[in-house]
Amino acid sequence: MKTTRFWSYAAFIAGLIYFVVPLIGMFEFSLRKRRGEYSFDAYTSVLNDPQFQQTFLYSVALSICTILLGVLLIVPTAYWVRLKLPRMRPVIEFITLLPLVIPPIVIVFGYIRLYNTSSWLPFTGTAMGTNVLLTFGYAVLALPYMYRAVDTGLRAIDIATLTEAAQSLGAGWVTIIWRVILPNVLVAVLSGAFLTFAIVIGEYVMSALLDRPAFGPYLVWIGANKAYEPSALAVMTFAITWACMGLIQLITRFSKHTRAMA
Amino acid sequence: MPFLLFAVLFLLLPTLNIVLGAFRTQTGTFTLQNIYNLTNPRIIAAFWVSIQLSFASALIGCVLGFVIAAGVTLGGLPSWLRAPMLTFSGVASNFAGVPLSFAFIATLGRVGILTIILRDWFGINLYGMGFNLISFWGLVLVYLYFQIPLMILIITPALDGLKREWREAASIMGASGFQYWRMVALPVLWPSILGTMALLFANSFGAIATAVALTGSQLAIVPIVLFNQIRGDVLQDPQLGYAIAFGMIVVTGITNLIYIVLRVRSERWSK
Repeated sequence: MKTTRFWSYAAFIAGLIYFVVPLIGMFEFSLRKRRGEYSFDAYTSVLNDPQFQQTFLYSVALSICTILLGVLLIVPTAYWVRLKLPRMRPVIEFITLLPLVIPPIVIVFGYIRLYNTSSWLPFTGTAMGTNVLLTFGYAVLALPYMYRAVDTGLRAIDIATLTEAAQSLGAGWVTIIWRVILPNVLVAVLSGAFLTFAIVIGEYVMSALLDRPAFGPYLVWIGANKAYEPSALAVMTFAITWACMGLIQLITRFSKHTRAMA
Repeated sequence: MPFLLFAVLFLLLPTLNIVLGAFRTQTGTFTLQNIYNLTNPRIIAAFWVSIQLSFASALIGCVLGFVIAAGVTLGGLPSWLRAPMLTFSGVASNFAGVPLSFAFIATLGRVGILTIILRDWFGINLYGMGFNLISFWGLVLVYLYFQIPLMILIITPALDGLKREWREAASIMGASGFQYWRMVALPVLWPSILGTMALLFANSFGAIATAVALTGSQLAIVPIVLFNQIRGDVLQDPQLGYAIAFGMIVVTGITNLIYIVLRVRSERWSK
């Protein structure tokens, strides 16, 4: 057993080095903008860049739209499939897994061909239309994660009983989903939402090919044109990702706590 | 159902459009010429590099992720390491794309901290020795940063599913640790391992942002070739883009098919 433990430690420490060193590297590099001493100059330069503010806000707004769209589409569907159409489950699950198999670049290529200005649904004709199309594209990218999260949340509650109880009190379908099902799977929805946020905020290929001013293309542009700012941005993005994952953990733990109390 | 409409409009139809486009001429008649044009040596080379890259990063990611996950779940590491490791894996598997390549440039680029430390303190000149971050193995190194955590995230629950009794039963019958792994644990875990491997392969096969930020769309991997083609028809044949995209679907499709077939076979064993 001693050798097993030795090798476990060896693997773990090697992994730790591999994962921590690039983080140190990017942080150290981001502080090097001023010659001869460490400073946060790269950060102030980035934060004061109007383009940073615009693209970042754009991506935040888009991720919020994506999350809302995802919730609106997925919660009723996952609920309905579990309640009424269990035989459809393999089909729906297959569809939700497709975005992991079909590369995003292929999907967005399809959008460009299918929804161009001369087509029956000219999404890409206007800026607003393209924004809508991009939101749908992001919803597709987030689909596997969001669906899984919501479906796991639904598994934990007895939806048949809840539905019957609500119906016998006179609730319609909208009321049931909005006031009974959604509050019960809120934790799952929120963890899916933070994951979606983390995906959308750094996404590159879809926004670049649809030519929208999102944060991902801005990152690439900065990377090609500046020296120290990219590292500052990487540190900030890492912090955002970390915050998203931390919030998922936090709400999951919090909900377990309240459930245990009840 | 709005969901089905959404799936059809924004997932199935666009994909179908690409697949059909691969078999059409510009005027819309059926042809196999586009597929044949994929045999252009530059495109073949791009596919080959992409497949090797994805396979290498998926295989190494699988093995290393497995070893680390097994070490933490079964190998006697303190149990408080587990939760932080899983949280970090969640973060790192999502810390892909452009920022990730910035982190590696800052660390192992020509003026990266590790490059400089190795040179000034240990006299090891990485770039003098032929190392280059903007190369095949450099890209594998970077991709592993999201591949390993993804493997850890998926395989840890499967490792938890290994019952203690199996190990005890095996050792009562005189099995060594190696025999237990080879004849009990690995066959049970095989479907999950293969499934994750297929996922990791598709994950890096479609990845483009990391490579673009790292190499400035120089390295000719398939997604970059397709990206340049969509942006400006650099191959002077608009239909060829369809064929490349179709080829990408075929590759990830075959990967998943192999996984499904192997999984069915291995499930026959585990019954």
